[in-house]
Parts: sequence; C-alpha cells; structure tokens
Amino acid sequence: MSVEKKILMGNEAIALGAIRAGVRMAAGYPGTPSTEILETIAKENDGSIHVEWSVNEKAAMEVGAGAAYAGARSLVTMKQVGLNVASDPLMSLAYVGVKGGMVIVSADDPGPISSQTEQDTRLFGQFSKLPVFDPSSPEEAYEMIGEAFAYSEKYSTPVLFRPTTRVCHGRASVTMLPDLEIAEPEGFIKDTQRWVIFPRLSYQNHIKIEDRNVELSNVFSAYPRNLIEKGDGRKGIATGGVSYAYVKEVLQSDVSVLKVGTPHPFPEKLALEFLKGLDEVLVIEELEPVIERALLVIVGKYHLNTVILGKLTRDTKIAGENSVESVRADLAKFIPEKVEDAANHSMETLQLPIRPPVLCAGCPHRASFYAVKKAMRGRKAVFSGDIGCYTLGNAKPLDMCDTCLCMGADVTIAQGLHIIEPDTTNFSFIGDSTFFASGITGVVNAVYNQTDIVLVVLDNSTTAMTGHQPHPGTGMTMMGDVAAKIRIDKILEGIGVADIVKANPLNLEEAVAAVEKVRDEKGVRVIIFQAPCIAVTKPKTQYRIQEEKCTKCQVCIKQIGCPAITINDGRVEIEKSLCFGCGLCSQICPGKAIGEVTDHE
Amino acid sequence: MNNQKRENQNILLCGVGGQGTILASKLIAYAAMEAGKDVRASETIGMSQRGGSVVSHVRTGTDIYSPLIPYQKADVIIAFEPAEAVRCLPYLKQGGTVVVNQKAVKPTTAALTGQDYEGKEMIHFLQSQVTNLIILDGEVICKEVGSPKVLNIALLGAAIASGALDITEEEMLDALKKNGKEKFFALNQKAFELGGRRTL
Repeated sequence: MSVEKKILMGNEAIALGAIRAGVRMAAGYPGTPSTEILETIAKENDGSIHVEWSVNEKAAMEVGAGAAYAGARSLVTMKQVGLNVASDPLMSLAYVGVKGGMVIVSADDPGPISSQTEQDTRLFGQFSKLPVFDPSSPEEAYEMIGEAFAYSEKYSTPVLFRPTTRVCHGRASVTMLPDLEIAEPEGFIKDTQRWVIFPRLSYQNHIKIEDRNVELSNVFSAYPRNLIEKGDGRKGIATGGVSYAYVKEVLQSDVSVLKVGTPHPFPEKLALEFLKGLDEVLVIEELEPVIERALLVIVGKYHLNTVILGKLTRDTKIAGENSVESVRADLAKFIPEKVEDAANHSMETLQLPIRPPVLCAGCPHRASFYAVKKAMRGRKAVFSGDIGCYTLGNAKPLDMCDTCLCMGADVTIAQGLHIIEPDTTNFSFIGDSTFFASGITGVVNAVYNQTDIVLVVLDNSTTAMTGHQPHPGTGMTMMGDVAAKIRIDKILEGIGVADIVKANPLNLEEAVAAVEKVRDEKGVRVIIFQAPCIAVTKPKTQYRIQEEKCTKCQVCIKQIGCPAITINDGRVEIEKSLCFGCGLCSQICPGKAIGEVTDHE
Repeated sequence: MNNQKRENQNILLCGVGGQGTILASKLIAYAAMEAGKDVRASETIGMSQRGGSVVSHVRTGTDIYSPLIPYQKADVIIAFEPAEAVRCLPYLKQGGTVVVNQKAVKPTTAALTGQDYEGKEMIHFLQSQVTNLIILDGEVICKEVGSPKVLNIALLGAAIASGALDITEEEMLDALKKNGKEKFFALNQKAFELGGRRTL
C-alpha cells in the first residue's frame, strides 16, 4: 500500500487531524495565525461537521462547550488574544468539564508578528488548570490533535492546544493516517449535579482537578511527545514547540535534549530523569519561561544541584521569536565545544527601504479616513481606531488612528476620552466584523450613559485583515448557506441612535458632507461608510495622470498615501498593476490632472 | 538539467506583499514533493501581506527541522524586487544563485520622505556581491503576456532555466497544471517560458 503524503500548512494539518479524529463541531473567530484551521475544515467538510465563524471567541467557546456536553467532539479555534475574550467561559468550563472531547486551539504569535501581545497560552493552561498540548511541527500537530481529543474525553476536561505562528504557517510533508473510530455522540443527559455550576460543585471539582493534574503529570511523563534524547556530557537542553526544531537544526553532536510536548501538567517524572546527572540545563523556549520555571521547581523539590539557565538568567532572549540564528548563538555560549557560532558576517550593505504595511490601493478605508480628516481640519478631535486593516490608518500621511487597544475598544475608549475632555470631538472607527464581535455593547454603553461620540462604521462587507471571512452582516455562513443579513443600521436604530448617516466614502463630497452633518451634534452619532473591500469586488476602471496637466505638486502623494502613486524620474505615475480605480486621487488633484483610463489606452 | 539530484536544497523567495510569492513557493514545494522529496516551508501571512516585506522559505530533502532557512544556507534566492534581494542576502550561501526581478517596488513612505531609490543601485550591489546573478525584466514579460499577475511564474521559469533548482521544467509545469487555475494555465505557461529565455 502506498503511503499518501501531503504538503500541509500547520493549520491544515490541525484541521485534517481533527477531522480524522471525528470532530463534529468546529467554531471559532478569525485571527492570525489561527484562521486557516476552520477554513480548511469548512473546505474538507463531508457534511457531517457543523462549522461556523462565531460572532466572537466567547460565543465560539460556548457553542463548542454545548456540543461537547452533548457528547460530540468539538474544536474551538482562535488566536491568543481571542482566548482573553473567551476566558470567562473557559475558566468556568474548566470546573464543569465536558463529555465529548473538546480541544481549544489558541495560536500564539511570538514576535509578535500580527498581534497586540506576546502572551503565552501555556500560562492560561496553568491558570485554568487545563492540559496544554504544544506541537513542534505540522506533522506532529496532525497526530497530536487526535491525541488531545482522546485525553480530553478520557479525563472529561477541555484541553488547550497551543501552536505558534511558525507551526501554524509552516508547511511540511505529512503522512496521511486512516480515520479514527469514534462513537456517535450520546446526546445531552440531564444532570444538574454535573452541568450547573454552583459554588459547592466548584469546590468539589477543584479537588478533583488538582488530583487529576497530578495523575496527568505522571501520564504525560510516559506520553511519547514528551521525550528525552540522551546525549553525552553533563550539560543538557530543554525545549518545546518550534524551538525544538531550531535546536535540532543547530545540534550536530550528542547533547541531551528534553522536548516538552505538554507544558501543563508538566511531565515531572520525565524531567527528573533528564535532570539527574546534568550540571547545567539551558532552556530554549519562546514567550514566557514556562519550562524554565517548571524545571526550577523540580530542582528545588528534589534538592538537585542542576543549574537552570534561560530567560530568567538572561541567557536567552526574553522577548520576540526564536530563530535558528538566535538558538545557535545561545548554544554556542552554552556548549562552545559542541556548537560553533556563525561567522560574524559583517557584510557591507545598502540603506534599504522600510516597508511598513499600508492600506491597499483602492481601499475604501483610505477614503473614509481622508473624508473625516478633511471635515475635521483645524478642529479639536481624537480618532480612536480598532483591530483590523483600518489600524493601518495610523500611517502617515493619513495619521488617523490615535488609539488602538483591543477588539471593540475604540467605541469605549472614545467615551472615556470625551468625558475628561468634553471640548474634543471623539471619533471611533470600527469595522463591520469588529462591530459584531464586540462593538455593540460599547454603543449601548454610550447611548445609555449619554456620552457624545461619533461612531464611524467602516463597512466593507467582509473580515478583511484575516483573509475575507463572512460575518453576520454578509448574508453568508461558513457552511455556504445564505443567511439573513443582520443590518448594522437596524441594530443601531434599535439601540436608540437617532443620528445615522450613510455615505459612499469613495464619493469624497458626499463623505465629507456626512461628517459635517453630524460633527457638531450631541449624543451618539453614526456615520456608516459603505464600500466593499477591493478583495471582494472587481475594479470597474483605472486612473492615470495626464502628464501635460500635472504640476507635480504631489498633493496626491502627500495627502492620501496610495501605494499605486509613485514618482519616477521626477514624474508622478500611477502603477497600473496596483490601481483599483477608486478615484480618490482624481477628486483631490488641484489641477484635475488625474482621469480615468479610456478603453483604447 | 543535471540528473544528479542534490540531497537538500534551500530556496528563499522574497518580495513585497501582493506580488505572488506564496503561490510560487507552493509550486516549488509541490514539485519537490512529487519528485519524492520531503518538504518543509514557511510563509509570511498576516499584516505584512499589505505591502510589507514578505519572505517564503522552502526546504527540500531529509533531516530538515527548522521551517526557516538558516543564514548562509540558501542555495537559491528568488527575489521579486531588487531591494528585497539585498535584504535577504544574509541567507545566501557562498556561491549561491540569486534570480532577481529588476523593477523596484517603491514603498509609499519613500515618496513621502524623499528617501527614494530607483532599484538600479540595488542591482549594482547584487552584481558586486553575487557570482551567480540572474536578472529578469519581469515588467516586459508581464506586458507581453498581458497580465501583471504572472511575475511569479516568469521568475520560476528563470530560476529553473538557470539549473539552480533540482526541479525540471516538466515537473514545474506539471505542478502548475495541478495547482494553478486552469483558465490561466496558457498565460502562465507563456510567462514561464519567457522567464526562462529572457534573462538579462
């Protein structure tokens, strides 16, 4: 029989591994680097799995919990900051437990590359007392997710599964395995002693959880994804996650390595066996010193003389992601006789252009920001932004994002700012998907507490930053079904917002007029700027600069910062491969030198 | 084309978000796997896709662990943009090959701050540092093919024609047929062939 291999992205491997393990419910909210897991399940779904983009992570966690209460295997996916949103159900669910296997994937992002924080889901595992699985590669993730389901079911507890960006977005050849045999869900069996959380139940379960975690520590010491690679010498390396791959890449000779696949409960017996006979251990891990602290506890508990080095002793980097280079440098200091430091190649180089991410050419957000900026010129205003492509409105020349904190915070931060400085007009910019995820409560808060803000909804009909997922306002679900579009204007009306203006941001005059209409009013005013993301629509036209009319004033470059407009040999040009025909530049050109490309051009 | 397949190969693709590096790296990975090799790869996904610097790593062969190519270990760099080629030079091994598209993609900030560059200085620098340098005028090929989206395929054509990759033309075209959109295959095939012929 031939062995089937596929090149899979880590997220695809997690998805296929979950399907193989009989998952029946998959729910999540998009967030880099976790998004492709659910997308893959939706794509590979044979119809037996309910897949949904939930409105936010808390909703996903609870939907997943319900399915697991009914005995089905459920998968919940999010990025690490999404776990903060879902932490309320998570903490209680840890006490109540589940019946069907439930795996919560929370993808961490060392660096951070596309995130607000460098928080570590392994600590959430310790905090919630839940087991944590930490895959080191896509192929390991493919098998490990099935094992995580099995442990979850066996111990009637949800488990956390924590890949990092380089595992999620790394690709590898993965050997496909046959499907696992999973019993049909039994259905929900009523039992208030089990499913209704009460202080007394929590107390009893707390004791059980502590005992279970002692047992799991022993079980995990024999779990093959925690392992010791025995080597020579009295120095060893402890590692986990993708850092294990970096260590293996650098190490050419025999050095003892402890690889930790379940950082919580920590495989204490295995670690003890590893530590015995070693004088020094260097811990290579990303984010928090979780393995390092666990080893220090074991050293203390068993009165060992082993010295533990790592982040706490500043022998490894304390922030940012690891790399083969950083690990090589760390190991070269630790075991210079076995690892050679890379030749310090002080190569001559040139000044290179800096490329901060920018709003795409043709992005309607650029036009929305520009309209507000124009209408508010010379007036005291603060612009609060949120999470999404439109955070990029902070870049010059737009400079239209004064604050950004977390999902939904633009609406409420604006309120706090306004209460302290009432002579400021406080704008709050929120995307359509973010509005549904966590913006609505903020608007209710403003209306109820009668705070003056201007809410600008940037409705581009998709969840753009994470790769164009549908949401409640799009009228499509992840199962491909058509759903009733939930209208943002109707929600706002229902909340009691009286002042709602809609405008097409790509019509500058109309957009500026919309801002002017509401800027001096009181209470909660809303402008809904509606224009689809360029990725979900097609360009109708393109623009070009009529050279004879162009005075090279560069207003187009200095005011809107469109990546399609460049200067070549002193001439201002519009790059054809980028122009999306939004026409914003043609509306601001003082010399009317920018026109549509005609058919024969 | 050399019949003696090298054991391990590291191929780095770099450019600016939106240029099509991800598809090109997927095609290389697929072709290598079809040729019976194990593959490990990594891509930039997320915020940097919006006009930032993007890098894809593809590693083929056995005993590979890291999804990222270590410094000075890349056999080939396929650069969609000259400044990005210079940025990634620390990855190139001694005697490695660089295939570069000569046209600069200027960041919006360059026009704003006046820190403009033309791309030529990057090409000159590459010429002074890289022994096996292959320069492609991707713009001309895209014009000839009639689509700005075929730059990635033209660069793959140039890289394979150079013999620096352990992948044959047939293997790559097969990968393209199985992984690309069918309606674009003819366009892509033309870009692939032109890329192989039109290096400067």
